[in-house]
Amino acid sequence: MTMPMVRFDKVTKRYGPLTVLDQLDLDVARGEKVAIIGPSGSGKTTVLRMIMTLERIDDGVIYVEGEPLTHMTRNGRLVPADARHIRQVRAKIGMVFQHFNLFPHMTALANCTEAPMTVLRLKRKEAEERAGDLLAMVGLADKRGHYPSQLSGGQQQRVAIARALAMRPKVMLFDEVTSALDPELVGEVLNVIRKLGAEHDLTMLMVTHQMGFAKEFADRVCFFYQGRIAEQGSPSELFGAPKNDRTRQFLRAVLEAG
Amino acid sequence: MGVRSLVAILALTIALIAVLGSQPQWAVFMPGLLEGTRITVMVALLGSALAVVAGLAAGLARLYAPTPIRWVASTYVEVFRGTSALVQLFWLFFVLPQFGLSLEPFTVAVLGLGLNVGAYGSEVVRGAIQAVPRGQWEASTALNITRPQMLRRIILPQAFVAMVPPWGNLFIELLKSTALVSLITLGDLAFRAQQMNQTTMRTIPIFTLVLLIYLAISLVITIGMRSLEGRLGKGLARGRGAR
Amino acid sequence: METETLWDWSYVAEILPILAGAAVVTIEATLIGFALAAVIGLVLAILRFAVPALSWPVAALVEFIRSTPLLIQIFFLFFVFPEFGIVLDAFTAGVLALGLHYGAYCSEVYRAGLEAVPRGQWEAAIALNLGQTTTFRDIILPQALPPIVPALGNYLVALFKETPLLSAIAVLELMQTAKILGSETFRYNEPITLVGLFFLAMSLVSAAAIRLVERYLKRRVAR
Repeated sequence: MTMPMVRFDKVTKRYGPLTVLDQLDLDVARGEKVAIIGPSGSGKTTVLRMIMTLERIDDGVIYVEGEPLTHMTRNGRLVPADARHIRQVRAKIGMVFQHFNLFPHMTALANCTEAPMTVLRLKRKEAEERAGDLLAMVGLADKRGHYPSQLSGGQQQRVAIARALAMRPKVMLFDEVTSALDPELVGEVLNVIRKLGAEHDLTMLMVTHQMGFAKEFADRVCFFYQGRIAEQGSPSELFGAPKNDRTRQFLRAVLEAG
Repeated sequence: MGVRSLVAILALTIALIAVLGSQPQWAVFMPGLLEGTRITVMVALLGSALAVVAGLAAGLARLYAPTPIRWVASTYVEVFRGTSALVQLFWLFFVLPQFGLSLEPFTVAVLGLGLNVGAYGSEVVRGAIQAVPRGQWEASTALNITRPQMLRRIILPQAFVAMVPPWGNLFIELLKSTALVSLITLGDLAFRAQQMNQTTMRTIPIFTLVLLIYLAISLVITIGMRSLEGRLGKGLARGRGAR
Repeated sequence: METETLWDWSYVAEILPILAGAAVVTIEATLIGFALAAVIGLVLAILRFAVPALSWPVAALVEFIRSTPLLIQIFFLFFVFPEFGIVLDAFTAGVLALGLHYGAYCSEVYRAGLEAVPRGQWEAAIALNLGQTTTFRDIILPQALPPIVPALGNYLVALFKETPLLSAIAVLELMQTAKILGSETFRYNEPITLVGLFFLAMSLVSAAAIRLVERYLKRRVAR
């Protein structure tokens, strides 16, 4: 069996008395597009944040491309990883946030060249070339000199996607990236994600409320409930014939609201 | 109030000083007062420079330094905020000599006021850095940027812009505190005023001019800080778009 | 040449009673000065609010007072009144100056506190046809107070720490007394350090007290 790109091995996360992720097992194959849905508090955002090392693990191990992310092997044993190891593995992962988190004091271009120059040590010319190409790909070539405050929400989110891609990650995480957008701006961001999925061999995990998009785009949909995967399957399986009661409940509520 | 209105008021104030200061009855005080103003401005400038250095050092230390250094910084801040500037000036002026260290009044003035305002400044620094949205830290982590680079290129530049208005207020407080150095025999504006008042008892002309001069310097500081804020904040619109 | 000790405990014991007496003067000046400031600030804030024509002049006066040194204002009041035939003793002039100076700051606190109450509250009160007094007393004021009280508390502490300025017009508060003791015996270390420690202690205690008040008020409004 080919090695999964991302593997969660009995991962647990607690916030005080609350268990947010409960011994989660999850395998994501290379190039797979996984949509994660579920009610708030089900742990779905935590999954992404843990891969991105924004949250600490309480139990279990996360593997990226076969290598442990949160731990490292020393003398054949698994010990908690040191900062250098984490950074090394983290380099394969990129994330786009719900609230964009663009650097407000930098232009769109500068946002996309900052990390390549300081972390990957690219020369300015190279970094700007790469950034320019990516901004063109997301349809914002003419906005490279603009500041985030001069861009619409949809444009900012597209810059955020270009910024993450500039680091050439193998796994891209999308955390409810359209939830903070006005409805008419959602489409342009989804289009970029669609394009990404078609043209690149990226492994993508996205937490989303856009059920229609998940249905059409994802290879697999995972429904999270109370820190565990209650049900998962292909979109047609999960949306068309949900086996779990909770899944049915959730889908009904979402469709009513939409 | 916009920068332009402030500049207008400054112009008016200076005009008023010039007009009143050329009245025959009032003109006699001007040379002495202007000499005192020079000292006041010098103390204010040097004191402010020291305050910024001390404030940045203490603020960053309280956030990121190892525990013993953090403790030193916290003690410095609590002591200098908990006692007033005058007490600190008197301590430096009267008590230090008893430990064998006799400083010039000018040095005492700059040191005392600089450290005093620096203590308040450290809180401004801390607050501004902590006010940078969490998302900026997270996005930088996601891009695998190292901590020192994160601070230097992403966090501090944003914090600096937020710091400017409160630092402006602190500089004005420092300016007002310079009047205290008259009480440790330094010949600043307040000293000259008191001196002339003792000899001539012409309170109203002297103190009217003095108050106007302080007001003028105060306005210069405010205008300067507003302009700085405007230039630094390029791109960082007030009430920004991105969160 | 006699050996100079840095800290003489017997001297401390000697001067402590004298400093205690001076502390009373300091505290009196603080309390009366702040009472004045709170009232003057309220008057200024109400004038600005209720009489639109006075809005700009009052604002200008407040800015003028806040932009010029307290020390100069103390000198001004002490020396200017006699020119009009009124002779104020140093204590009165000093307290008046403190009250005026911090009254300007307090007026800003009242203003900010009132403006922080969302417009929607006023509008809801109008929609419910509540009278002006009821609106102010039951709706606006309870929401305006939580930020106002701690801010006033901070200015009380600031005023307290500025009472040493009254030493410049020879009011026998702590700083002046310490200076006189020092000049009499040429031992400045003990008196001034003790005064410093006193202010530091009072400052820390009052900062904690203000935080308690803040928390209490926040809880009351949250309910």
